[in-house]
Amino acid sequence: MNTVAAEPQAATATPATAVCCALRDVVKTYRVGRGAKATHIRANDGVSLEIARGEVFGLLGPNGAGKSTLVRQLTGLLRPDSGSIEILGHDIVRRPELAARLLAYLGQESTALDELTVRLAVETTARLRGLTAAAARGVTAEVIDELALGPIAARPLAKLSGGQRRLACFGAAIAGPRPLLVLDEPTTGMDPVARRAVWSAVDRRRREDGVTVLLVTHNVIEAETVLDRVAVVDEGRIIACDTPGGLKAMVDGSVRLDLVWREEAPTGLPLVAALAGRATVNGRRWAVRAEPDEARELVAEVTGGPAFAALDDFSLSTPSLEDVYLLLGGRHEGLEK
Amino acid sequence: MSAPFETVEGFSAFEPFAPAPRAALLPSLGAVYRAQLSRARVARIPLMFVATFQSLGILVMMRGVVGAHDTEAARDVVAGSAVLVVAFVALNLFAQYFGKLRATGGLDHYATLPVPAASVVLGTAAAYASFTVPGTLVTAAVGCAMFQLPWVHVWIVLAVIPLAGAALAGVGAALGLLAPRQEIATLLGQLGMSAALLLGVLPASHMPTALQWLRDLLPSTYGVEAFARTFTARPDWAAVAGDLAVCAAVGVLSLALSTWAYRKAATRA
Repeated sequence: MNTVAAEPQAATATPATAVCCALRDVVKTYRVGRGAKATHIRANDGVSLEIARGEVFGLLGPNGAGKSTLVRQLTGLLRPDSGSIEILGHDIVRRPELAARLLAYLGQESTALDELTVRLAVETTARLRGLTAAAARGVTAEVIDELALGPIAARPLAKLSGGQRRLACFGAAIAGPRPLLVLDEPTTGMDPVARRAVWSAVDRRRREDGVTVLLVTHNVIEAETVLDRVAVVDEGRIIACDTPGGLKAMVDGSVRLDLVWREEAPTGLPLVAALAGRATVNGRRWAVRAEPDEARELVAEVTGGPAFAALDDFSLSTPSLEDVYLLLGGRHEGLEK
Repeated sequence: MSAPFETVEGFSAFEPFAPAPRAALLPSLGAVYRAQLSRARVARIPLMFVATFQSLGILVMMRGVVGAHDTEAARDVVAGSAVLVVAFVALNLFAQYFGKLRATGGLDHYATLPVPAASVVLGTAAAYASFTVPGTLVTAAVGCAMFQLPWVHVWIVLAVIPLAGAALAGVGAALGLLAPRQEIATLLGQLGMSAALLLGVLPASHMPTALQWLRDLLPSTYGVEAFARTFTARPDWAAVAGDLAVCAAVGVLSLALSTWAYRKAATRA
């Protein structure tokens, strides 16, 4: 395992020729408020990362952790206060305009495309990515076919559901060849069919063209299933970086017991009082990490004794990346399961 | 840990990787124009009616004050009302559009495509100018009929619209892109349009000197004057060309300004 908690660090040491993106000590500070009341917030606090070519790399963290700020610097939209960013050997801090010629970016907003039809949004984006009119039409037909956008191709984005609109924007992002795809929460609001279309489109580009993918997500399941490696981001820092399996090995052996109380937890009971000290409490929800044997005993005790009357629901689960996040000292409850 | 790097052989091992070519100015301008025009069909037609009715309303109102026939006031009213349609769209709507695009993060879409800033601004401006054509023509025709002015040279609006449109759209885009907040962009666009309304429609000779200077600073004034000159029996074509040349020069400057503002807004910290 190549990770240590709470220490900003380079993610891996891959050979230079295989590196797609390299970020070193990236610092970005925002000013919030005006005049004397202004405070400075460190959105990125010395982030270092290396992403290999052909890798599907994820930034996982709760809302406000600094993930989007980081990718906005990578895409040349923001200039870091200090630190270096290289994409495929190009210095993006010095020449941010090169980013647009190296990567395709799916941001969180669609206002630029909202009033266009799906077909025109994809085709116009392809044209603006430098494709000829014929090539843009060709790639638009392919993308519409690949993502099954046919039935909604003639409708304006603003008239679509959130998930459909997101899928259309994803279609625009993959129209035209780029060696790096930067996707900021691409599947927000999508149904499972659309999600599958997105991941198979991503996978195809990776497999056939060696495309590298940088994905921003706060969805734990997504992170575990589609990512080759994941960096866990919290309060502007990378607190861990490894394969999902590698990260989960950090909490291996333990399982999580979730208890949901009907109202107040019955802390008068000795068993519950003992659990209170080690549980992560979130309102009526308690999460306790324990060895499997102990967890089984706890379930038996809680469900067999007087505490059961106060219990609304309980579950035992194997560790997820959320447990890793919490174990590493993540202080937010913003991850989506 | 299993590093899944088996699939990277699609790339050469040589660094740095050659970036994809930039999108060329004219093709991307054309793509933006086409997209914006389609967008206009969906979203902007009601506003075009508003713009046209506003100008027709001003014609009716001014008809009560200004006599018909070939007077300076009648010429200014008709020319000013027609150009006001352009000002409404180019200044007001354009400032709003870019203000919204900036405030909501929509600029990121264009800023992460290798497209020249000028293509986005010019393509959008050209599309907006295109759909002012019917409103401007209708206003000019109705004005000519109401004030009994000759129609023969109404074709000049086809030169006035793009030139005054470019000058005003550049200002409108710059307002929208530079305003610190979306509401302020809307406010500035409204103020600009009000200026175009008051200073363009009212006859200049009735204004105090300070207002006349202000009027001379407004790019739409030269469009109004060029159009107003063509109502006379024997238009002074050199003066018309001079006015249009001023419009064109201001257009180049203001579009350069808006292109700069776009770059600044798209890559702001």
